[in-house]
Amino acid sequence: MQTSERKKPNYLNAEHTVASWLLTVDHKRIAILYLVSITLMFFIGGLMAGAIRTELLTPAGDLMSSDTYDKAFTLHGIVMVFFFLIPSIPATLGNFLVPLMIGAKDLAFPRLNLLSWYVYIVGATIGIVATVTGGLDTGWTLYTPYSTAYATTNVVLPAIGIFITGFSSILTGLNFIVTIHKMRAPGLTWFRLPLFIWAHYATSIVMVLATPVIAITVLMVVLDRGFGLGIFDPKAGGDPVLFQHLFWFYSHPAVYIMILPAMGVISEVIPCFSKKRIFGYNFIAASSLSIAVIGFFVWGHHLFTTPQSMYAAMAFSIISFAVAVPSAVKTFNWAATMYKGSITFEAPMIYAFGFMGLFLVGGLTGLFLGALGLDLHVHDTYFVVAHFHYIMVGGAIMAYMAGLHFWWPKITGKMYPEGPAKAAALIIFVGFNLTFFPQFLAGYAGMPRRYHYYPPEFQIFNVLSTAGASILGFGYLLPLCYLLWSLRHGREAGPNPWGATGLEWMIDSPPPPHNFDTTPVVNWEPYDYPAAHRDAAKDAVPEAASV
Amino acid sequence: MPKHSYNPQAAVRAYLTVFSCLMGFTALTVAAAFVDLGPMNNVVAMAIAVTKAVLVAMIFMHLRGGSPLNVLWISSGIFGFMIMLAFPLLDLLSRNILGIPGK
Repeated sequence: MQTSERKKPNYLNAEHTVASWLLTVDHKRIAILYLVSITLMFFIGGLMAGAIRTELLTPAGDLMSSDTYDKAFTLHGIVMVFFFLIPSIPATLGNFLVPLMIGAKDLAFPRLNLLSWYVYIVGATIGIVATVTGGLDTGWTLYTPYSTAYATTNVVLPAIGIFITGFSSILTGLNFIVTIHKMRAPGLTWFRLPLFIWAHYATSIVMVLATPVIAITVLMVVLDRGFGLGIFDPKAGGDPVLFQHLFWFYSHPAVYIMILPAMGVISEVIPCFSKKRIFGYNFIAASSLSIAVIGFFVWGHHLFTTPQSMYAAMAFSIISFAVAVPSAVKTFNWAATMYKGSITFEAPMIYAFGFMGLFLVGGLTGLFLGALGLDLHVHDTYFVVAHFHYIMVGGAIMAYMAGLHFWWPKITGKMYPEGPAKAAALIIFVGFNLTFFPQFLAGYAGMPRRYHYYPPEFQIFNVLSTAGASILGFGYLLPLCYLLWSLRHGREAGPNPWGATGLEWMIDSPPPPHNFDTTPVVNWEPYDYPAAHRDAAKDAVPEAASV
Repeated sequence: MPKHSYNPQAAVRAYLTVFSCLMGFTALTVAAAFVDLGPMNNVVAMAIAVTKAVLVAMIFMHLRGGSPLNVLWISSGIFGFMIMLAFPLLDLLSRNILGIPGK
């Protein structure tokens, strides 16, 4: 007790009641609320993935019925996409770090931030309860006319859950945009911002502009289904392809909601563990905006096998190839950053390496799917499943893990144990590849997705994949164990255990309730490794004296 | 309008005027629906709707005299909306152009 009284108050120990957490407007505590919530979602979605992979171990559907299988992969998809991946990095690391990185005391609208968490909880609860109790078998894409006219399962409530959760995303994006525009510390010009901030700015644009469209689209599904409006029904003059246009107008940019913040994390981790200034700062920042903008023009590549006109398809194909350019700009710049750097292999860096390799494979196989002819061959096969898992799991979750480990000392004030963390990163990398690489082969050979019966010649791929999933699942459980362990037993992290640059590393760990006692003044360039700016920083932020 | 010249009475007057205009345009929309203008029905209805939207954006959302940043953000929203309309229209209008079913 006496020891804790001597310690400076931080956001974790400033208040202890349950109400102080549930009614907090502190962006750091809200980030923790999100962290707990999305971790729960991740394991619910992961449980469904385990059920799916176990079923697919044999060609016969001997674990569950077709209906149950349909509901299992739908629940997996909806939970992972809408309730885990989309809020994952922005709502946890973004919420925690955006104000810290720009020298602000909080986000621009703290109450709106708390509201976004409550909206998320309400939406996710409705979505999950409805999906679990009634079941939904449409797949996460809710394609019409099946969802509007034929599905006998519970379409309306999960759709309402998705509708509500969308508003949480919009509120978070809005908060980030205003905060980044209006609350930067003196001297922190746009081109001194950490690339994590640029990435979140670009992500917020997508969140604010695209999310309302999915909300309205699922609402139209509900109205079509409930009241027979016929918006997507050809018999009433509607068009089922219109649903796909509207759905993918959001859901393709949603991939960038997942991957842009991930790229932001990688842009912070690589220079830190290379002890080298990031290569091509301006280009990486611009590429984030380019991805966000070009990402709005590519959705039609999901519609190549529909009656979409060939001219529209050609336009979408060409633009889909174009979006690879800014992604490649980032990858090349990260590689150039590491060139001749003093690289060390702490867990965040191993995850970052994993991200780069897996994102590269995911990105390049995306070009296969953007090619009009080849897409017809592999459409709706396991090739597509493998591709998007390389992006969304191999990319986004690897980066999320990198970020979680990188900023864990800042968030909790404790170091995680490095040995188990490195082992987990490697296990996840191996497990991931064993799970999803065989799916490329199975898909290319013609195995369709969303069936639990399959010809016996595909079994070898599925056995490998299920074995990989077991390893992957074990790999994901490890961080849950040792990160929780570190809360009690981890050694004190200190303000800057990695010798990183950036304002968040110049205050105590965990940060004080209001972040900065005095507003910092930034007079150095970003990524000034190896920490050449630190003297200047000490002058700018009094707390940095203890760095 | 700039903060230093903010006049609450003038602002309320402007709001009420615009509100009256919006109600008037709504009545006009209903009236136009009863007149058969052929293909111009849609054009007239859209023109009225756009005028109402501009009034709301300029006055209620304070774009008139507000920060250029706000104008930029509203414009980006409109741009996003136009993309959402343009590409499905590109698809719809160029379907079956070759006379080959499905192309």
